[in-house]
Amino acid sequence: MARLTQENVERAREIISRYPASRSALLPLLYLAQEQDGWIDDSAMEHIGDLLDLTPAQVLGTCSFYTMFKRQPVGRHLVSVCTNIACLLNGGYELLEHAEARLGVVVDETTPDGEFTLEEVECLADCDRAPCLQVNYRFFGNVTHDDFDRLVDDLRAGRLAETVPAHGVLNREQPPPVSVRRADAPHGAGD
Amino acid sequence: MTEQTETKKDTVTVTVDGKTFEAAPGELVIAAAERHGIYIPRFCWHPRMKPVGMCRMCLVEIEGVRGLPPACTTPVAEGMVVDTRTPVVKKAQDGVLEFLLINHPLDCPVCDRGGECPLQDQTFSFGPGESRFVEEKRHFEKPIAISELVALDRERCIQCARCTRFADEVAGDPLISFVDRGDHTQVLTFPDDPFTSYFSGNTVQICPVGALTASPYRFKARPWDLDQVESTCSTCAVGCRVNLQSSQNDLVRMLGVDSEPVNHSWLCDKGRFGYQAVEHDGRVTHPLVRKGDELIEASWSEAYAAAAKGLADVRDLHGAGAIAFLGGARGTNEDAYAWAKLAKGVLATDSVDCQLDDGLPAAAVLGLPRATIDDACRAKAVLLLGPDLKEELPVLYLRLREAVVDGGVAVVELGPQSTGMTRHAKTTLLYRPGEAVEVARALTSGRDPMPDAGGVRGEELAAAAGILGRAGEGVVVVLGRPSVAESGRTVAEAAAVIAAAWPQARFLPALRRGNVMGALDMGLAPGVLPGRVGLDAGREWFSQEWGVLPEEPGLDAAGIVGAAAEGRVQALVLLGADPINDFPDRTLARRALAGAGFVVAVDTFLTDSSREADVVLPAAMYGEKAGTTTNIEGRVTRVNQKVTAPGTVRSDWIIAAELAQRLGGDLGFDSTAAVWAEIARLAPSHVGLTADVLGRRENRDGVVAPYEGEGPPRHEAPVEQIEAAAAVHQGETLPSEAVAGAPEHAAVDEPSDDDDPAGAGRPPLLTFAVGDAGSTAAPPAVDAYALRLVAGRRLYDNGVTVRHSAHLAGLAPSPRLRANPYDLDRLGLGTGDRVRVTSSRTTLTLEVAADTGIPRGSVALPFNLPGEGAADLIDGTQPVTDLRVETTN
Amino acid sequence: MAFRDAPDILTSRLRYEDSHTLERFLATGGYDGLRAAVARPADEIVEEVKTSGLRGRGGAGFATGQKWSFLPADVFPRYLVVNGDEGEPATFKDHMLIERDPHQLIEGIAIASYAIKCTKAFLYLRGEFALGHERMSRALREAYTHGALGRNVFGSGFDIDIVLHPGAGAYICGEETALLSSLEGFRGEPRIRPPFPAVKGLYQKPTVVNNVETLANMAWIVLNGGAAYAALGQGRSTGTRLLSLSGHVNRPGNYEVELAKSTFRDLFYDPALGGGIKGGREVKAFIPGGASAPWFGPDQLDCPLDLDEVQQRGSMMGSGSVVVMDETTCPVRAAWRITKFFAHESCGKCTPCREGSGWLEKVLRRIELGAGREEDLDLLLDVCDNLAPGLSWPPGQTTICVLGPSIPSPIYTSIRMFRDEYLTHVKEGGCPFS
Repeated sequence: MARLTQENVERAREIISRYPASRSALLPLLYLAQEQDGWIDDSAMEHIGDLLDLTPAQVLGTCSFYTMFKRQPVGRHLVSVCTNIACLLNGGYELLEHAEARLGVVVDETTPDGEFTLEEVECLADCDRAPCLQVNYRFFGNVTHDDFDRLVDDLRAGRLAETVPAHGVLNREQPPPVSVRRADAPHGAGD
Repeated sequence: MTEQTETKKDTVTVTVDGKTFEAAPGELVIAAAERHGIYIPRFCWHPRMKPVGMCRMCLVEIEGVRGLPPACTTPVAEGMVVDTRTPVVKKAQDGVLEFLLINHPLDCPVCDRGGECPLQDQTFSFGPGESRFVEEKRHFEKPIAISELVALDRERCIQCARCTRFADEVAGDPLISFVDRGDHTQVLTFPDDPFTSYFSGNTVQICPVGALTASPYRFKARPWDLDQVESTCSTCAVGCRVNLQSSQNDLVRMLGVDSEPVNHSWLCDKGRFGYQAVEHDGRVTHPLVRKGDELIEASWSEAYAAAAKGLADVRDLHGAGAIAFLGGARGTNEDAYAWAKLAKGVLATDSVDCQLDDGLPAAAVLGLPRATIDDACRAKAVLLLGPDLKEELPVLYLRLREAVVDGGVAVVELGPQSTGMTRHAKTTLLYRPGEAVEVARALTSGRDPMPDAGGVRGEELAAAAGILGRAGEGVVVVLGRPSVAESGRTVAEAAAVIAAAWPQARFLPALRRGNVMGALDMGLAPGVLPGRVGLDAGREWFSQEWGVLPEEPGLDAAGIVGAAAEGRVQALVLLGADPINDFPDRTLARRALAGAGFVVAVDTFLTDSSREADVVLPAAMYGEKAGTTTNIEGRVTRVNQKVTAPGTVRSDWIIAAELAQRLGGDLGFDSTAAVWAEIARLAPSHVGLTADVLGRRENRDGVVAPYEGEGPPRHEAPVEQIEAAAAVHQGETLPSEAVAGAPEHAAVDEPSDDDDPAGAGRPPLLTFAVGDAGSTAAPPAVDAYALRLVAGRRLYDNGVTVRHSAHLAGLAPSPRLRANPYDLDRLGLGTGDRVRVTSSRTTLTLEVAADTGIPRGSVALPFNLPGEGAADLIDGTQPVTDLRVETTN
Repeated sequence: MAFRDAPDILTSRLRYEDSHTLERFLATGGYDGLRAAVARPADEIVEEVKTSGLRGRGGAGFATGQKWSFLPADVFPRYLVVNGDEGEPATFKDHMLIERDPHQLIEGIAIASYAIKCTKAFLYLRGEFALGHERMSRALREAYTHGALGRNVFGSGFDIDIVLHPGAGAYICGEETALLSSLEGFRGEPRIRPPFPAVKGLYQKPTVVNNVETLANMAWIVLNGGAAYAALGQGRSTGTRLLSLSGHVNRPGNYEVELAKSTFRDLFYDPALGGGIKGGREVKAFIPGGASAPWFGPDQLDCPLDLDEVQQRGSMMGSGSVVVMDETTCPVRAAWRITKFFAHESCGKCTPCREGSGWLEKVLRRIELGAGREEDLDLLLDVCDNLAPGLSWPPGQTTICVLGPSIPSPIYTSIRMFRDEYLTHVKEGGCPFS
């Protein structure tokens, strides 16, 4: 685990070729690692550094800036409850407290079975359906406490596998390859 | 001049706080103001790094500009009116200071920075009294070691990014980074990947708070206990300016001083922390004289008597030619001059060499037209034929790296293996060891298509030639020894080929020992006399003053060691030299020490070599003596004394003078100043370069020799002259007389005798041309089962400085044999395997590692790392060393 | 009322469930604008956009055509970067446009690229929009297949690639220079200006950064003419725009309204729009243009939805998000939560924002939790003043980017409007609303 698989290295090369400068592929490659393992560990960052000719410290510096990159393992379902202004006005904190009670964890903890990690997040841009939350970045709006309980049951039972893939899988569609690729081989992206 | 150009100003007029002055267009407000005595407070801005405007401490008001622009990111403009003290500015600056302090611990009394802390200072001068912050401060584990040399206290950090920017922008070692964000932002290394940059100590120096501290200095002293003197670092030959600081007669810290032409305030860690060797307990503090198998402490007079008797006996029995001197490149110019005068003017031997066959022939170094570091950094292109600069001349590497990254200077690298410069080079031509001459010939041939040469493909050579141009116009050749496992003469010959073909090219020597250039200038090499003149050319001039001079040119280090091994050199004087560790061929060096009947070592520590001596004379080290030193450019600067030497240790020049007396001579000086006065009077390249001249304010950065007096700065030769010279010297082989003149005309460095009646009779300075290096036979073809050895140096090695500096000693890597993965595959080997390596000298067992930076057919092993290594394998009698590499199982 | 007579420029397709599909897009005039654009000289498209008076919909409200014209002539390559990192609290219009009508955006990007003569555009899409990434990826593939992207668009000889780039959870990347840093693989830290992105942007090349909604207008402007667009609204506020209405209203949602022709009161109470305040309660305060905007009280309900008018009254329409707080709202809690957001999202690059955001959040939390002191109010205002000297609008600034001076907006306006309620927290040792 952790270093990119050969298949993902191929995908990484394709991604790098989309950009005029290889370092631009850093965020996409971190996603690739997170999709592979569900989180990003140190050896993944080292491997990505190798692919992009960056030091691991440079990869870490960028990686740690962004809240969606998890440098600790998270549950299969990352439950992100918004409490920002529109949700605050419509029961966001009450929903978060309910979630803590229902899952038996506090914010930033993972249930012992590894199913759920709960986090409090900033505005998700779904404010007309406040209070809202995401599970693995898939939206659920106007969430009542009962809705939440049912959601947890459905997720646990695998009934939402279609709409909510495992944590780390952000985009199940491949964006198209670009028609003009970088002419030169990406620096440091060799063997 | 037209009217238009007359009215065009090359400055802009700005007004800061009511003071109107001229500034250069593009200059930043913060810098322009400071030059005119207006200090705008700042934390993130550093004059040697790109401005980032992060800390917001330097906010000012500018008439006609909305808001509060930072003075550190705003360039001056014509008519700009800046105010740094309005109530709005004052409030903003107070606000920033308060913001910086809310999470900063109030531990100044136990902080290394306390007393010299910009944050503390600005709080006193600008800051509010009471803190309004009543919340809990931010906490981190403190401090953490981010390397063997640097500790980080993240609670004290004010996130100015000076350290991270230095690591990335200046050093090119981005091993520290901001991690996390917002008010959780911290500086960190990647786990298990420490900040191993050779330049890490600079981050401590530029940290504006006590967040970064140097392990060697932590809790050693408080700023108010420190005493300091400005000096020049003598660790390598770049000659970085430093402040040398002591507390209670102990050296405790070195800080870089911003010298515009040299180090831009930066130091390497070896230079910065190497002072620890001076304070080492194992110094030789009293003279030692051999009694049987033992070296016994003796008085100076006993020791001098023993040394003088030994030398005199050899002279009387075998002639002066049987006495040889090795070393002397680690002292001051005055030391070197004294030894040269003793050897050549008293004992009359010319077998003197300050290098240990690990550099370049003196004639080449002294005779090629010289470039400065600035010349190289502003060159159209740089041809690098020398060592790994990052390992051997680290701050020159920084300067050149900056020239490439920010200045767009094109570097063509020519060497037997990839180096720290490779990633910055436009192209790197990896040649087969020993075949630099062939490559140089091809590179300068102008042929199309270009043939393959020395293991380099024709198209690579053509591309490199395209970058370098035809006549060498604007090209600076950085010239040194790429590997001690190939003869230095081939490199010198390659340089001669380049100089002949490209009369406009200039050369920057890349030799490493602290004062090797000064020692060469002072005549510590065979065939030369002080002031860059040949032995014969200078004979008349010097014999008037010195009396005797050697009859014949003497031996260089290789010749001396070889002759001693055969018993032809009977007395050997080691001037801080340790041939067993530093001469390329250890086997031969051992035999030389055994073969020389009498050995005097003038040294600071007992080394493998000085332990073999009959007399050991303890010498003062860096910081214990004053004088001058000379860097790779020929720049003469002062070194100063900061502490008293231990025991009865003496300066080299005193030892030389006192020894001379016992040998019936008189060096004729009784102080460092007197030595320098003689140099400034006699040494042709240094005539007029008096202590007075050196002491002038405008010469704070030193003076580049040859000294040109009060005249205009050195100038380029008229173009016609150069073209004429170039036209004569087209073609493959060149008559050496015709070429000899070429470098002389290309850069007119020397004052002409015609203009200087006082210089009548002064010998001409050396020039160097094809043929002067001697012609070396092309090395034999590598046989299919052998790999040809490349031996470069590492910054942290088994040398005296590193070995005796507590915080550096552990940093020397263990030797690993690196080879191209192709060759390892061929031999069925992989990284980490142990192999048996056999040369004509011996067989060693070593670990191998794959490295694509080593060309196929070669194998690299760093020179002078602790333990057995390259020196055991190298056969110094051959131009190259071939190895057989076999698996151990 | 006027806003109902205006055409649906941005939302015409949203009545269909399958608005995101290529089939629906083509059936409703999709890519006609691009076909029309590439048949005309690029400079004419720039002129149309200038004529339209279209202003950026990301928050700063800069004239789009003018922004394009800052590109230095004849410097190539140049890039179009689309800011789809919608993160301003309570703004959710771009989210909708991306998920529900991706082709409209793609068409707009292609038209803009053609106009500014760039052949490579980057769509920086907020990471949390997983569905948006999937729909956009599919739509981009379809657009390439359809001939709307790639080499030789619709046979015109124009080449354009769009690279979809994921953000990863950092509000600051909505700031255009931070977005460029992020797109280059760095920490999303804003850059010092000048140089401006138009001169030295992505990879130090000339770059235009436009918002999603801004570009979604392109096809309509090309097909109907800049003048037709400019005929809507008035003054600097031309055309329609999407307002994201949320908080204590009965019908939160995105509404496309003609600018300057209606008021906040219309927006909150019209049955076709906000539909009134929840439970029939009164408006206590509202945020007229995103979390960075100073709050308004009920006295500003009749302020027209007009950029200049709102600015004159001391706030901004910003990102077009309007949050209604009714009388049950604790202003301290609301201000604290927004400040907590800024503290969480401050990149940390410059001192006042990094340290000030956290400090303000801690003090506000302390007051809300009942450990406040009376002097904390002056402290809050003074710390705010050190971020945004003068505490006026548009704000002064001691920071590199506008995130810093945004932090004081909810704090000083809520203290000015509800000082008594702050003091009640202090005196009662807790929040009177909980």
